[in-house]
Amino acid sequence: MNNLSVDHLTGIKDLSKEDIDLIFKTADSFKEVINRPIKKVPSLRDITIANIFFENSTRTKLSFELAEKRLSADILNFSASGSSVKKGETLIDTVNNILSMKVDMVIMRHPNPGAALFLSQKVNAKIINAGDGTHEHPTQALLDAYSIREKLGVVQGKKVVIVGDILHSRVALSNIYCLQKLGAEVMVCGPTTLIPKDMHLLNVKISHNLREALEWCDVANMLRIQSERQEISYFPSLREYSMQFGLNKEILNSLSKEIVVMHPGPINRGVEITSDVADSKQSIILNQVENGVAIRMAVIYLLAAKIDR
Amino acid sequence: MEKQVILNSKHLELTLKRLSHELIESHNDFSDTVLVGLQPRGIYVVSQLKKQLEIILGKEIVCGNLDITFFRDDFRRREKPLIPSITNIDFSLENKKVVLVDDVLYTGRTIRAGLDALLTFGRPSKVELLVLIDRRFRRDLPIQADYIGKMVDSLISERVSVEWEEIEGEDKIVLYTKDSNE
Repeated sequence: MNNLSVDHLTGIKDLSKEDIDLIFKTADSFKEVINRPIKKVPSLRDITIANIFFENSTRTKLSFELAEKRLSADILNFSASGSSVKKGETLIDTVNNILSMKVDMVIMRHPNPGAALFLSQKVNAKIINAGDGTHEHPTQALLDAYSIREKLGVVQGKKVVIVGDILHSRVALSNIYCLQKLGAEVMVCGPTTLIPKDMHLLNVKISHNLREALEWCDVANMLRIQSERQEISYFPSLREYSMQFGLNKEILNSLSKEIVVMHPGPINRGVEITSDVADSKQSIILNQVENGVAIRMAVIYLLAAKIDR
Repeated sequence: MEKQVILNSKHLELTLKRLSHELIESHNDFSDTVLVGLQPRGIYVVSQLKKQLEIILGKEIVCGNLDITFFRDDFRRREKPLIPSITNIDFSLENKKVVLVDDVLYTGRTIRAGLDALLTFGRPSKVELLVLIDRRFRRDLPIQADYIGKMVDSLISERVSVEWEEIEGEDKIVLYTKDSNE
């Protein structure tokens, strides 16, 4: 088994455990590469990749761009603001125009769930989903699980709680799929209004009490409140949310064991996590960012191997 | 598949001893020389040389393993992606003399990739190449070794395999020839 079972990375749901293991093994090598004095390999020098972002992004976009550069690919950057999308061009037209410039792979972030899958069925290029609305964010889930494996040795059998705005989070859904495929137990924790009503169908535990969730887990992944996707109020105030579901040093120190703290970023300091926790030794937030480049290099490398010559 | 033993374990040991002495001739006490084995099979040659050199010189020899997968020139020309082995060079190559080590020198393409991969760890003052077997006359690139265990004249259809006790059960070098009726 040294080939991915998929031609595109639209979601973790389509991956097998063997796929994830292969991505991790390849990422191990790339992590070594990006710590060399010269952090670049020539593997993808004949490949062109377009980064198409219809939604804002800092980390993911920079991380993908760096991964592509470390692999020596040529890059096109496109963001929806300042483009012809504003003039009414459709997604397929936009992408096909970009592809006619001989692009081999498209990394896309889009506000609509399913946009990456749709594109993979319509255009002739490898597609990597960099977040499609509230659906999936596969590379984030891969780097989260990879970071847990790095910190704790294994993912199998570990207990992971995802805290916060589960309803609007693509990170949560991808993480649930990924962690379960690797044999971890998953719990989601947040206000009733921010937990989808069919959550139990995914075979995850549900809690509405942060302390109870933290006592149960080995790893806590703290999510941001996605105000930009909330058209109505889901809780009385940010201050109240923070008091009930915010992770602070006091709770962390009162737990019976030391847990690992993660956050996919961007952090709203003082809301879902306090500064002293985010910057503490238990936090692996910056390791997640470093691992993100290695994971994205691995995914791009393995999919690029499937591009016809 | 017919097979012919080119070097048995006794001869292989003699060859490794001879190569160790040749290395000492050029590198004296190895104070600024390192051995770098190419993955996946060159690393076994390095561990044998290290053993011999440490017996002769009575000091530790600095060695590393180098994987060249991402530097190969046949990415996407194969059915499956190439899955890398471990690179383990935890020292700087800046101004060092490097002896690149592999088991068989054939087309020269692996060594070309190895040179590129090596330079990502700094600028060595000199790079030399040591191989156990040189399949001469089959080169695709203008690359020659500085230290050679044994020259072998072989056909494309033949295969030379360097085998080690820890993997294959016996130290030996074998030439495999396809039977005419295969």
